[in-house]
Amino acid sequence: MAGSTLASPSAERRPAWSPWRETWRRYRRHKMAVVSAVLLLVLIVAVVFGPFVWRVSINDIDFNARLEGPSLAHPFGTDDLGQDILARMIYGGRISLAVGLAAMAVAVVIGTLIGALAGMSRGALGHGLMWLTDLFLSLPQLPLLLLLIYLFRDGLKAVFGPEGGIFILIVLVIGGLRWMPVARLVRAQFLSLREKDFVEAARALGASPLRQVVRHILPNALGPVIIAGTIDVAAAIIAESTLSFLGLGFPPDTPTWGRLLFDAKDFLDIAAHWALFPGGAIFVAVVAINFIGDGMRDALDARRVI
Amino acid sequence: MAPLLEIKGLKTHFSTDDGMLQAVDGVDIAINKGETLCVVGESGCGKTVTAMSILKLIAMPPGRIVEGQILFEGRDLVPLTSHQLDDIRAKDIGFIFQEPMTSLNPVLSVGEQVAEVLRRHEGLSHKEALARTVEMFKLVQIPNAAGRVHDYPHQFSGGMRQRVMIAMALACKPKLVIADEPTTALDVTIQAQILELLRDLQAELGMSVILISHDLGVIAEFAQRVLVMYAGRIVEQASVRQLFRKPMHPYTDGLLAAVPRVDADAHRLCHREDLDLGLALGEVVHGL
Repeated sequence: MAGSTLASPSAERRPAWSPWRETWRRYRRHKMAVVSAVLLLVLIVAVVFGPFVWRVSINDIDFNARLEGPSLAHPFGTDDLGQDILARMIYGGRISLAVGLAAMAVAVVIGTLIGALAGMSRGALGHGLMWLTDLFLSLPQLPLLLLLIYLFRDGLKAVFGPEGGIFILIVLVIGGLRWMPVARLVRAQFLSLREKDFVEAARALGASPLRQVVRHILPNALGPVIIAGTIDVAAAIIAESTLSFLGLGFPPDTPTWGRLLFDAKDFLDIAAHWALFPGGAIFVAVVAINFIGDGMRDALDARRVI
Repeated sequence: MAPLLEIKGLKTHFSTDDGMLQAVDGVDIAINKGETLCVVGESGCGKTVTAMSILKLIAMPPGRIVEGQILFEGRDLVPLTSHQLDDIRAKDIGFIFQEPMTSLNPVLSVGEQVAEVLRRHEGLSHKEALARTVEMFKLVQIPNAAGRVHDYPHQFSGGMRQRVMIAMALACKPKLVIADEPTTALDVTIQAQILELLRDLQAELGMSVILISHDLGVIAEFAQRVLVMYAGRIVEQASVRQLFRKPMHPYTDGLLAAVPRVDADAHRLCHREDLDLGLALGEVVHGL
């Protein structure tokens, strides 16, 4: 090779890996992220397959076993009606995790779309979208939630069933009111990235505006979006429990993690386990998702040498 | 034979808060197939805007091509939309940028970025494009080409990145390459390597090159014909030999005089014993 006069430390290097395998290698370097991924996986497996293993009904009322602490018969104890908390948490965990992840997806997709459009357009559209974002930020959220759920609950219930309808409504409402920070982040990133030389180079090489965005700008803007997204998961799980608290969320007898916490609050002094287990589950899920986001950001950022 | 690219009366203006800025104000350029043309001039004289106007890479607005024709193989590029130009960019006219350090996307491997061009313009599959990319890397003399295509821009030095940029610009074997100060960001030894590479590639691929530079050393090294630009216009056009031997325009004369030379009979501007700043300054001004 003609370039052999140039210093080349690359003679004995590991063979090139596919981008996904490389990303996985980098992800594994982040120990907490790996531990978190395992924890989250355990949680997901538990809520998905739990009911097939732990075959206790969530509605079995047993007044002889009220407010019992953890035991073999009831590993997480019982509540004031003698219902098994483990069974209720497994059932509620499906809803809480699904709401958190789905609402995050809605918020990130809407936020990225609006932020990208606002960041790329140089004219009235960009200003208009940012006004819209500011408008949404300034809306009083609670009255709006009340109104939206009051207006649409019955219609969606009729189409998708009581739990399905409420699920869709809650995901859309939580996601639809949490996209603004993502939109602002994405817009700010786009404004700076679109002027970079490599975007201009892509344009000079014949890349269409869409390709410039999808291939060159968006991947560079992903880091903050991933972090914002993982924070959104946590916020959505907590927002769902707020809604349950106000009687706006799922029906009162649907034991989401937030609902369990709410029910437990009057018995904290005599039955702390009732609040500790669902609270612990929310804590583990939220922390794990945040670490996973951290690990993903490191793994996807090729500039960082790890 | 009709020239490959002919620019007639090009005027590119920018609207600013203080009125219209005439960045390019009536430029005529013609370049034949296989020819090397250099455009030289000080910063801000309109060389880059002229080059970017050819492929409409200037920001519009505020920029606007007010007048003129850009005929590439007889076809006027000025009325084309950006979308139509996408098919010409890189395919027929390649562009090498000034800043190799920032002109590569940091989150894509360099191979992917070159392969993308090939997939876009030649419709190659992922595999074929990557194979061609390795070939291109060999052509621009990147050592261990097959291994290096998977690396990311931050793993390359400036000179190597410029080689990647050249591979990208030449991937589709364009008929014309516009190199906008391709060596300005590099140190002198690397400059020489890159220029030599460009010249070899030009001979090998038979393309025309427009080299834009403010460095007369680069021009002397590289060009056949030179255009001198000043304030948005072309003030002189000559062969390299003529230009350096007998500049016709006073501005060219000044430009040449501004280069410090080792071979000319230079004299000190000011001696320590008669340190007179006013005199020294006067001499500098006179020299220009």
